[in-house]
Amino acid sequence: MRSDDIRKLVTEFRGHRLTRRQVVTRMGELGLSLGAIWTVLDRATALPARAAAAGRGSQGTLKLLYWQAPTIVNPHLANGTKDFHASRIVLEPLLTVDAQGNFAPVLAAAVPSRQNGGIAADGRSVTYKLKQGVKWADGRLFSSDDVVFTYQYVINKQTATTSYFQYRNIAKVEPLDAHTVRITFKDPTPFWFLPFVGGYGMILPRHALDAYIGSNSRNAPFNLKAFGTGPYKVETFRPGDLVVYSINEYYREPNKPAFSQVQMKGGGDATSAARAVLETGEYDYAWNMQVEWPVLEHMVAGGKGSVLTAPGGGVEALYLNHTDPNKEVDGQRSSLKAPHPFLSDLKVRQALALASDRGTIAKELYGEEGDASPNLLTTPRTYYSKNTKVTFSIEQASRLLDEGGWTRGPDGIRQKNGMKLQMTYVTSVNSLRQKEQQVIKDAFAKIGAAATLQSVDAGVFFSSSPGNNDTIAHFYRDIEMFTDTFSLAPIAYMEQFYSGDPMRDIAQKENSWSGQNLCRWQNKEYSAVYDQAVKELDPQKNAQLWMKANDIAVEQVAAIPLIDRKIVSVRSKTLDTAGNMSAFDPETRNIADWRRTG
Amino acid sequence: MTRYILHRLLTAVPTLVIISMVIFGILALAPGDPLGQLAANPDVPPEVRQNILHQMGLDQPIPIRYAKWAMSWATGNWGYSFASHISVARLLLQRLPTDLWVIGSGYLIAVMIAIPVGVLSAVKQYSLLDQVATTSAFIGYSLPTFFTGVLMIIIFSVRLHWLPFIYNVQVRDPVRMLQQAIMPVAVLALFQSAVLTRFVRSSMLDNVGQDYVRTARAKGLAQHRVIIRHVLRNGLIPIVTLIALQLPTVFTGAVVTEQIFRVPGVGSLLIASIQNSDTPVVMAIAFVAAILVVLLNIAADVVYGALDPRIRYG
Repeated sequence: MRSDDIRKLVTEFRGHRLTRRQVVTRMGELGLSLGAIWTVLDRATALPARAAAAGRGSQGTLKLLYWQAPTIVNPHLANGTKDFHASRIVLEPLLTVDAQGNFAPVLAAAVPSRQNGGIAADGRSVTYKLKQGVKWADGRLFSSDDVVFTYQYVINKQTATTSYFQYRNIAKVEPLDAHTVRITFKDPTPFWFLPFVGGYGMILPRHALDAYIGSNSRNAPFNLKAFGTGPYKVETFRPGDLVVYSINEYYREPNKPAFSQVQMKGGGDATSAARAVLETGEYDYAWNMQVEWPVLEHMVAGGKGSVLTAPGGGVEALYLNHTDPNKEVDGQRSSLKAPHPFLSDLKVRQALALASDRGTIAKELYGEEGDASPNLLTTPRTYYSKNTKVTFSIEQASRLLDEGGWTRGPDGIRQKNGMKLQMTYVTSVNSLRQKEQQVIKDAFAKIGAAATLQSVDAGVFFSSSPGNNDTIAHFYRDIEMFTDTFSLAPIAYMEQFYSGDPMRDIAQKENSWSGQNLCRWQNKEYSAVYDQAVKELDPQKNAQLWMKANDIAVEQVAAIPLIDRKIVSVRSKTLDTAGNMSAFDPETRNIADWRRTG
Repeated sequence: MTRYILHRLLTAVPTLVIISMVIFGILALAPGDPLGQLAANPDVPPEVRQNILHQMGLDQPIPIRYAKWAMSWATGNWGYSFASHISVARLLLQRLPTDLWVIGSGYLIAVMIAIPVGVLSAVKQYSLLDQVATTSAFIGYSLPTFFTGVLMIIIFSVRLHWLPFIYNVQVRDPVRMLQQAIMPVAVLALFQSAVLTRFVRSSMLDNVGQDYVRTARAKGLAQHRVIIRHVLRNGLIPIVTLIALQLPTVFTGAVVTEQIFRVPGVGSLLIASIQNSDTPVVMAIAFVAAILVVLLNIAADVVYGALDPRIRYG
């Protein structure tokens, strides 16, 4: 009799017809001890979650914390990585890419290959078969026409898209039928996967944005209420603060996603974001933990969560100026016409590379967040050269300088013909970077090279205003340090050492400092290998060429790679993110598979 | 009176025009561009970034950009955010309720603490109460909000797990709404009340020794009537100016506190927009704040008249 009453109470409690307090009172009236009541209630609340774990929307709210707040849920108009992540919950590309660089179909029915006829042997086109019956979150059918539209949207100069580069080699995109689309390239390319794949490849709904191509893009209602073919759609959006997503009822996969709502909260700083996941447990997941390793390690030790990493966070490197930053020629410093007084000497550059104490930086400051790197090109791993290694030797470095005729002066600084090994070394304002600077400076001092440390606000350092002398492109210093990130195709990353057409490729006044080559390093062999690599269609040979290019840049010390960084996020112990980490597609790419385990 | 207000309003217009020019000039000359976050990303090469800046009109000369901005403001259009492609007015409207709730209540609590405490410590000068109030005011005043904020987070969130430290506007439950507002409101109230208490105290002390107070006492008025009806009324005049001039902060937000607790007010929007060089948003916030300062100055002067019968506007 009593057990029936209890069961009835539990049912009413689960059905939210009774509050917790009411249940406790009634059970007390039935003569249950307080301990027994808690046990019953705990089971009553825990059971349904476990039992229904398989069902769509059965797991409540998933809370993501992004210390850089998303400001727009349209990847093609993104102003930063966070916007791609916010968009990827809603929108999908044709293919996704995992951390190792392997493709998997999303909106495509299969990954195109030479074998299945998807990739043309001449590298001029790629044909995708699309999944059938896929619906947008408003119930309309997705078709090849939306892929065509996405191309038209991106390529329109007035739309001012950030993903333009990935699409500029496309001559045309044609729908062969409602579920087949062919992309034809202007120049044959091994990089058929630049457009429509990963973060830059998300497909937009034509029916929502057709009227908002070009400068009209800011009037699109889509900006506040984005929707796509992904597992969620935007419910409410407060730019710079919060995105609330609700389930896309038309999502094609049964029983997914597990969470009924996703909240992406933005703002604050990385350290306190890590704290909210690892120490207070207020949030389930936090992205981009640019936190010094000792701090993060301490928080992880609390046992509330864990660190997720994947290769491809970019290489933190010392970029060497191969031109003279102190001599003004034709109204600009660091001019191609004035070679650097000592950094143009290979022996000096090699000595600096040998004295760069990457091991200490990796161990003390990066821990699991990065490794000492011998290579400039490290990601995807298929391009990782094995011909190089990390050497730290003050002795060898000093010997090289001795051989080069650089003798120590009375102040301990080496000099040659009255020229001192004295340099300015700049990076962005960031406590981790300032510590790296100190490590490098101390090691340089040991070989008799003096570095003056400087730091510039990141907003200025990374800006592209032609009128500001403190940007990375002006490079009015001897050494600058920052991280350049990777993408699946190394063409853009490796272009930073390319000088096929110096007037265009090297940053200088004549091109408003828009050239990609900031080091002003010129090497015919490197440029020749680069030209070949861009065209080589055979994947194996292509990888060989990129490795060769890397080896040349490393041996000639165009720049000194320090740390092969990883992308780092943290998640709560009870969250399973199903192998979400990848540098080539936002971490939210498989949010439909995320689930709570406890 | 009406003539006076009208006159003040008219003279405010050129002031505001000059203010807008100065703010615009500073923003335009400041380094940085809206695409800084993508600068070290080789997937977004300089030519692509330059095209985006061109579409935003950022490659035009500063006077032309100012003229465009001024013309669109004159028609009531505050422009569009570079970052979110959404109208600035809409962005601000999203943020204002949070500001009014968090910063407004912080301010209200501060005033409610400061006036009685300030009055009491002036009346009972050098008493134990005065000493305690003075000491705590100096502590509250000299501890910056970024310190008290982080300290509270470590005690109440990390150690005790009592309060959440991330403010979430999506929370509907009134208990949780209060919980998440406690720390930011407390931090603001602590700082503001410290400042205000000192002002109230000194302004009261200025008046306590005046002849009219002695006269009031000689008339045989009770102590509380002397203090409230006579001293406080006069002592409040400078306080009114102070409060009026600080009211715009309810609109512009408390930048530091909002950043620490991730309160999505105008302050956090302002700081994020400055970092991203989102000029239309920064311009709108700064300019609206300027308008509020000018208007509230006029309002304070008008309230003076009500508080002090000696002041007459002709």
